[in-house]
Order: sequence, then structure tokens, then C-alpha cells
Amino acid sequence: MSIETISLSGRKKEVSNKKMTFMESLYLVAIAKGLWITLGHLFTRKVTIKYPEETRELSPVYRGQHMLMRDDEGRERCTACGLCALSCPAEAITMKAEERKPDEKHLYREEKYASIYEINMLRCIFCGLCEEACPKQAIYLTKSRVMVKSNSNREDFIFGKEKLVMPLDMAINNTKPQMAN
Amino acid sequence: MDQAIIIEKSIFIVVIFAITMLFAMYETLAERKLAAWLQDRIGPNRAGPGGIMQPLADGLKLFSKEEFFPNTPNRFLFIMGPAISMSTALITSAVIPWGDKLHIFGRDVILQATDINIGMLYVFGVLSIGVYGIMIGGWASNNKFSLMGAMRASSQMISYEVAMGLALIALVMMDGSLSLRHIAEGQHGWRWNVLYQPVGFLIFLVCSFAETNRTPFDLAECEAELIGGYHTEYSSMKMGFYLFAEYASMFISSAILAILYFGAYNYPGMDWVAENWSANASSIIGIGVLFIKICFFIFFYMWVRWTIPRFRYDQLMKLGWKMLIPLAIANIVITAVIILLADQA
Repeated sequence: MSIETISLSGRKKEVSNKKMTFMESLYLVAIAKGLWITLGHLFTRKVTIKYPEETRELSPVYRGQHMLMRDDEGRERCTACGLCALSCPAEAITMKAEERKPDEKHLYREEKYASIYEINMLRCIFCGLCEEACPKQAIYLTKSRVMVKSNSNREDFIFGKEKLVMPLDMAINNTKPQMAN
Repeated sequence: MDQAIIIEKSIFIVVIFAITMLFAMYETLAERKLAAWLQDRIGPNRAGPGGIMQPLADGLKLFSKEEFFPNTPNRFLFIMGPAISMSTALITSAVIPWGDKLHIFGRDVILQATDINIGMLYVFGVLSIGVYGIMIGGWASNNKFSLMGAMRASSQMISYEVAMGLALIALVMMDGSLSLRHIAEGQHGWRWNVLYQPVGFLIFLVCSFAETNRTPFDLAECEAELIGGYHTEYSSMKMGFYLFAEYASMFISSAILAILYFGAYNYPGMDWVAENWSANASSIIGIGVLFIKICFFIFFYMWVRWTIPRFRYDQLMKLGWKMLIPLAIANIVITAVIILLADQA
């Protein structure tokens, strides 16, 4: 069997330039056939998903917006080691480290913390390498369906700590079931 | 003319105007819905339950859009373009018989704005004025592409009008009258003209597609292959009027198709209903039957639009001049021979 005759889909057809018969050249049969096909589509199942009412299921590896985590006492986990920024292929992450004062022990877990932590969302490709690189399990990509809200101002796409750090009440909520046990 | 007739006709004209407008409005929704269903989609469903308010939303949008005028040599003609298209689409409905006689308040009400004995000629005369709407719109746009689009559209409409008229001559020869009511009444019961003039019907159908600028003959407005058409420079409600005129003329030409070839308001068993119930019941059912036929043709127009691709322009002209016109002439000759033989027999 030569390679020309193989048809993997089973729908391969030889193109021919044969002269049409009189009936074929009237196109009436072809038009009727076409109309019949489209009419059939009136009664088939609709294939689209009605978006705002119905949403497509996310894949298990979906990665949404980033979140800087707090530990079970509500302290920020990030120590500004810079590994996430180093692993970031798009170079979207920048940060500035600062030393923890004695009276800030309830705010930050380690002696060093990130006073500024910014992700440029115009650059971020949501690859999740920052999450993998983090030794302190501080940065996570959430399952949030919102990745980046649309905006017309480019400055607003640089997300600072106020947008990235996990809200305190959320951290408290997360620790509740553990306390019950 | 006595006063009662004037009042009766005025009311009738207002009602017909409202029905035509309503049909044109909801055809836009039907078109979009049907297009969606034929393509396995859902279609507009945001405005009102199932999208029922969509035409109103579209209208509101068109009204609130920016009114744009190109630097045209004649602003008056620029506005007249859509106005002519719209009015020609609407005044055709004057001669259409919408039903048999109704007997109300001791009077016989004829469901037709005016029964003139040159009804068919009137329809053709008005249709040919429709070309002016497109041509003037294209010319007044002061845009060479619009002008070319207008030339394309008008030459198409004119060449298909010839075949349309010829297809109709055979029908008029059979019936012996140009009055639409006479033709409608001639198709009593099952004696529908489509059974006697199938070729004429096919030619007329194809030509009315071309006359209303619907796919596969919508070269007037394909922005994909040719840049837009005669309405490139039109915006807001002026553009809306052109579209509205297209949908109104679709309704009217569906009505003409139903009346000329598909038995108008006649239906089998009409005499039985008139005898056993009442004459009024029979003609009210007749109006319903006519509107069902009209709706079927509107559906057919849309069904074809979403099935058959556009013609190339030379193919379109070839079909019009080299196929339909000779076919229509042959149809006339054959019909004449048959009538002659039937008379001698």
C-alpha cells in the first residue's frame, strides 16, 4: 500500500475535475441537500456553554491570582529571600527586604521580611515557578477565577502587598478548624 | 367617497403599517436567533425573556449612536437615500390583499388598502424606485467605494427585476388580470399557482431574493470580500433605516410570494367553513393562513441565508442574464402554447 492511499481519518477523497452532468450543473439537488443539513442543525443540542450562568470546569492545574500566605498565627511567611524573583522567567517580581523590629514579632515570622513586594501583572505568565521556588511556602497561586482585573491604567497592574497578602480575617478563618480539634 | 370608507381605510392603513413595522422589527430578532440555532448557538438572550426585547435595545442603540455626515456635496440627498428605501418598502403593502372580505357593523370591509387593477405593475414600479434609494445613498456618500457598492447593488436589482417581470407574465397570462386580489381569488381551494407555474415560481423566488438583497445575492453589503457597500458612510438610525427597509421588504416580498403562488388567504376546506360556521370565521382563518405562509417564507429567506454562500459578482450576473431570463422567456412561450391548446380543445 503506497502512502498516497492511506487515509487515517477514513474521509480522504480523491479530487476530480470531471465534467458535471446536466442535473449536477443545475445545483438544485446540492442546494436542497445543503438546506436539509442546516435544517437538521435546528434540532441538535447546542454546543456552547451559557457563560455567565454556566461556567466551564477548571482544570486541576489551573493557576489564578497570587497570594502571599500568613502562618497559623497570622504572621507573614515571606522572608524576602528573592528565590521567587530569581525563578521568575518573566522577571515580574521585585521586592525590598527589611529587618524585623522587636515589637513586630507578631507581624512577621522570620527576622527578615519584605517591606515592598510587587508583581507586575502585565508580565506575569502564571507559570507557577515562584510557588515552586519558595522555600517558606509563602507565595501561592490561588484557584481564584479572577486573574487580573481589566484596567486602562498601566500603573494599576503592578500589584503591591496590599493586593497580594492574604487578608487577616481569612487567615483567622483558616486556623479555626485546627483550633476546634 | 363617503366618510365611512375614508375612516375604514385610514384605520386599515395604520394597522397594516404597524404590522409591517412590527414584523420588520421582530425579523431582526428572528434572523439572529435562527442564525444561532442553525449554527448550534443560542443567540441573543439578554434583553427580556429569551431576548424578546432585543429589537427595542437595538433601536435604542442605533438612536444613541453618533450622527455622522461625510463631507458630502448634497446633504439632503444623503438623508433621502434611506428615506426612499424605507418608503418604497412600506408603500408596496398598499395593494396587498391581506384577506377576504370581513362583515363588520353591517358593512363589507375589504382587507386591502386599495384594489387597483394594475396592482402588479404598481408593485414593480415601486420596487424599481427602491433602486434610487440605494443609488442616491451611495452617490451622496461622497466615497468612491460606496458609489461602486451602490452601482453593484443597483445593477443587480435592475437585472433581476427583468427576470422577475418575465416570470410573472406567464402567471398573468394564465389569470388574465394584474390585480393582486383577482390573482388571489383565482387560487380557490387547492388551485394554487405554484402547481401550475413551478418554473415561474422558482424564477420569481430567486429574483425576490436578489431584489431584497438577501444572501446569496447580498453583494450590496459584504464587508468581507468587497468593502461594505452603498451604506459604508451611514451611521446611527440612517443605517438602521437601510436595514429596516431590507427587513420590511423581506416581509412584503414574502407576502407577494404567498399571494401570487401559494394560494394567498385561500386554504382547502374554505367553502365548508364558510357554509357551516360563518363567512367571517372563514376569512379570519384565511388571514391566519396567509400570515402562516408569510412566516414560512420569512423563515425560508433566513434558512437560505445561513446555508448558501454568496455568489461571485460575475456568477450573479451570469445567473441573472444567461439563465433566468431565457428560462423565463421559455416559460412564457410554453405557457402560451398550453393556454392556446386548452382554448382550442
